[in-house]
Amino acid sequence: MENTNGKKPPLLEVRNLHTAFKTDKGEVRAVNGVSYVLEEGHSLGIVGESGSGKSVSAYSIMQILDSNGHITEGQILFKGEDITHYSQKQMQEFRGKHCAMIFQDPMTSLNPVYTVGNQITEAIRIHSDKSKEEAKANAIKMLEMVGINDAERRMKQYPHELSGGMRQRVMIAMALVMEPSILIADEPTTALDVTIQAQILELMLDLQKKLNMAIIIVTHDLGVIAQMSDEIVVMYGGRICERGTAEDIFYNPCHEYTKGLLRSIPSTSNMKKKLVPIAGTPINLLNMPKGCAFCSRCDSAMKICLTQVPDELRIDKTHLASCWMNVKNGTYMKEEA
Amino acid sequence: MGRYVFKRILLALVSIFIICLITFFAMNAIPGGPFNSEKALSAATKAALEARYNLDKPVHIQFILYMRNLLHGDFGVSLKTGREISTTLSSCFKVSARLGLTAAVFAIIFGIILGALAALFRNRWPDRIIVFFTTLFTAMPSFVFATLLLLVFCIELKVLPVFDASSRSYILPVIALMAYPMAYVTRLTKTSMLDALNQDYVRTARAKGVPMVSVIFKHALRNALIPVITYVGPMLAYILTGSLVVENIFTIGGLGQQFVKAISNRDYPLIMATTIFLAVVMVICNLLSDIAYKIVDPRITLD
Repeated sequence: MENTNGKKPPLLEVRNLHTAFKTDKGEVRAVNGVSYVLEEGHSLGIVGESGSGKSVSAYSIMQILDSNGHITEGQILFKGEDITHYSQKQMQEFRGKHCAMIFQDPMTSLNPVYTVGNQITEAIRIHSDKSKEEAKANAIKMLEMVGINDAERRMKQYPHELSGGMRQRVMIAMALVMEPSILIADEPTTALDVTIQAQILELMLDLQKKLNMAIIIVTHDLGVIAQMSDEIVVMYGGRICERGTAEDIFYNPCHEYTKGLLRSIPSTSNMKKKLVPIAGTPINLLNMPKGCAFCSRCDSAMKICLTQVPDELRIDKTHLASCWMNVKNGTYMKEEA
Repeated sequence: MGRYVFKRILLALVSIFIICLITFFAMNAIPGGPFNSEKALSAATKAALEARYNLDKPVHIQFILYMRNLLHGDFGVSLKTGREISTTLSSCFKVSARLGLTAAVFAIIFGIILGALAALFRNRWPDRIIVFFTTLFTAMPSFVFATLLLLVFCIELKVLPVFDASSRSYILPVIALMAYPMAYVTRLTKTSMLDALNQDYVRTARAKGVPMVSVIFKHALRNALIPVITYVGPMLAYILTGSLVVENIFTIGGLGQQFVKAISNRDYPLIMATTIFLAVVMVICNLLSDIAYKIVDPRITLD
């Protein structure tokens, strides 16, 4: 209904999202105008360092921010409908049924005093009128789907009786029992060891195909994001500084921050080169600069960077960046085409 | 579970024996005896009395004799009244337990509800009011509070009887008795509830669409109750076995009053019996709270 040419609206569209937290020291503006589109079955990777607003932007979609946080501006359109004005009850329906979420630490994300089965069937029983037995059968099927063997026994176990990788599988099973169209994964592999990380990512990709769901994966791990995402969004200081396909971002970074990020990760092709960290510290979200957020840490900062936030400019068909260097060097497409 | 309980009971018997030992020798070490009074008894009478109650024998022999009788279920008779101690004890305990159990149940229920409310309305007016009263009740000694209650409700307002046999007369003692434990349970629940509400699993529950009421009562509260249970066990034991202050102010003939009377009278068998009884109640309450602990938190293994 939002589209004029009668095309189906995208599955999820975030428009100019602003999220802030009220604290004793003032308003912390964690997300400052983030927009992106997520199509059905696609995956979007949001990458950035701690405090870049990547997790907060994801929590904003689910409206599970801490009690002092709220969306101050912008829209979140799910199938063309703005969900930021949803009532509590509508939001409860949205969470879990249409959009599910998994979290960073599977050790603490499951309730320690309830069995795995109890927690999974709870999700089913909230969103459907299935009987206890049906819900149980459904949960067992889902556990098998995420690669947990002996599912019937696992249902009766408590989270502390399972390993970390197993718990993350349970989290995934719990998130996907209602076959939501969107899965938001907030650092799903950060707390796991490397071999388990690979298994979990593979599982997510596999389930994405099977269930045809869209994934938003939030991480600081560039390796994970390269593997997982159709589109990558790089965030800094609550804004998007660059977006594009994995190829765009990794082989033709057009924002000084992205370039810095790539310089700071080791790769097999240049083992002998010294890694270059990004100098300085992340910006203070209480006191946002007037111009580009990355300005104070940027080696190529110019006068204009201090005073004006750069617009998002198209580098090519899939690739956009907000950096004044592109204007200076003329490395962008004029927007008439 | 069965093995655990069995092991705990064995251990409890050992500690009760040690308590008997210490109490017996300590009370005999206190100067004076049961037959010292203003009216001096003749030497012959005193000797006869002491011989009758084995008080003329060395203390360790007395202890062995006492323990032998105890094993046969014989608590002996009171040296002051001459009545069977087991009857005195059971009638006093009935009074104390009725009062104490009512107070404990109300203290736990209100404590948990108020604590949860304070956590949910943190730093807003319901929280501030609750914090004010819990601080007051924790700080105010029970004799002040009990006297104040008597003064206001019985003497000034005349809405409640000072003391008679009706159940209405239990209202004030129950309030006086429950004030402190309720305040304590409230504070404990609030702290652990705040902690639980910030846990990742609460966020997970919200993310899967669990309604807020269920998030609070199913997911957060059960976890928040774990520290509360640790306190409730011993609290229950104290409150059931009677409070000296409250029983005295409201002139209720409970176990607390009996205990103090026994000590000042040097009524040795009554002192022993009351001590053992308190120890047993304490052990049972602790065992029950450990089992409750296991029921609420599956991570705890009992062995």
